[in-house]
Amino acid sequence: MIGLPELYTLTGLVFAGWAAATLLDRQHPRRWRAAAFWGGIAAEFLVGDRFGDFGNGLAVLALVALALSGAPGKGRPATSTEPERQRQTARWGNRLFLPALIVPGVALGGTFLLPRLGGLVDPKQVTLISLGLGAVIATAVLLIWFRPPASAAVQEGRRLAEGVGWAMILPQLLASLGAVFAVAGVGDIVGALAPLAIPEGSRLAAVLAFTGGMALFTMLMGNAFAAFPVMMGGIGLPVLVAAMGGNPVVVGAVGMLAGFCGTLLSPMAANFNIVPAALLELSDRYAVIKAQWPTAVAMWLFNTAMIWGFAFK
Amino acid sequence: MTDATNFWPLAGIAIVVIGFALRANPLAVVVAAAFGSGLGAGLGVSEVIAALGKAFHQNRYVSVPWLVLPVIGLMERAGLQEQARSLIARTRAATASRILLFYMALRQITAALGLTHVAGHPQTVRPLIAPMVEAAAIRDDPAITKESREKIKAMAAATDNVGLFFGEDIFLAIASILLIKGFLEGAGIIVQPLELSVWAIPTAIAAFLVHGFRLWRLK
Repeated sequence: MIGLPELYTLTGLVFAGWAAATLLDRQHPRRWRAAAFWGGIAAEFLVGDRFGDFGNGLAVLALVALALSGAPGKGRPATSTEPERQRQTARWGNRLFLPALIVPGVALGGTFLLPRLGGLVDPKQVTLISLGLGAVIATAVLLIWFRPPASAAVQEGRRLAEGVGWAMILPQLLASLGAVFAVAGVGDIVGALAPLAIPEGSRLAAVLAFTGGMALFTMLMGNAFAAFPVMMGGIGLPVLVAAMGGNPVVVGAVGMLAGFCGTLLSPMAANFNIVPAALLELSDRYAVIKAQWPTAVAMWLFNTAMIWGFAFK
Repeated sequence: MTDATNFWPLAGIAIVVIGFALRANPLAVVVAAAFGSGLGAGLGVSEVIAALGKAFHQNRYVSVPWLVLPVIGLMERAGLQEQARSLIARTRAATASRILLFYMALRQITAALGLTHVAGHPQTVRPLIAPMVEAAAIRDDPAITKESREKIKAMAAATDNVGLFFGEDIFLAIASILLIKGFLEGAGIIVQPLELSVWAIPTAIAAFLVHGFRLWRLK
């Protein structure tokens, strides 16, 4: 059965390719450190199972130390020149958009078709596996179509990866921080404190404390999933539903959406807010958050009003 | 709640807030916060390292989507960004506002069908949408500043996020709907995913109107 292990091996090989290409890039100003950074991530994917928890923890600390000392930095991955690209666009025109449809197309088709192939694919991981399959197919098509040197798949990936830089491991590291917070009992303390912020008997104040808590705690954790059990358990169920007779469906569903507004405002939600700024080579790390805060605030007010107006019918 | 409650695990949250306010390197902030909360809760140094390592290893799936970077790079090598730009430069009707409005609708609808991975920052925003809106902005205002160009690219990324967040919860089997269902079930309240997901529809419409209005007014 094809599942996460196969996908992890593939991802590990991609990172290992970047490590090797970096080592061979003599123009890279910090090539040993950069190669160790990519190699460390590759090792996590390929052989991390054998490190044990403490060993994996040391690997995390090593990756962060490398990042703080300037890894991965930018080398000189081989790519095409501006005139070469102009020739390609003149020759192929809008047909150049076709390969851009392969990854979405395979993700779409795979989500529907892969579960029907019997036990070939792990049904719980269909989306991620379709994404990986799409990446493999698209890479093959592009190599056959445009006939770049075979190393181009590695070098072009490395060019973009260097553009994103150390931010590449930030989403995974933040997800891990959520787990450490859970072990330390952070959610329990916040859930116990939150009801103290509500004046006795005021429905609007209780709704505001709930949606405000969802947004705020989501901002701190970078993830509405971490905030939901805390706020729903601390305020949603005991106060809004049990004491005030609110509808748990409305409180739960719209409360989660109020948390999403916090995601739009948080640098902790790195893969939505910080990584895109790096991918688009923006000079301000917080540019995406600045672009979306008015929408986030308006949507938070809307969701608060929804619960206030519709949960107590 | 008694006076004996240990509040020291909250140290991690304080470190996160201060760290981001000072714009310190986020990787360092996260590691410091893990130690702050872990030590505050009475764990030893090696226990914190082990907890962090275990979670980092289990969360590898978060980094799997980086697999698409070679594909995006190869398409850029073949001239995809240049083609996106020249198409927009020739199509006067495709203003930055309209491109983003169209993309927002597409992103919300596909996310509502559960197709959250068909678009995204590496897959569509970097190779297609950002170069297109930038080209449209330059065509309509050749004297545009670098600052305004960056703002409009940031808006392209913001539009992807807003479309995804306020579209995906309409899909029945998305993780957040299943989390709500599971949590309520644990409290003895049985709900069907459909009951939850219909309540995402008003917010989805409101998000399209609010963000769409901002896009429509985009200069």
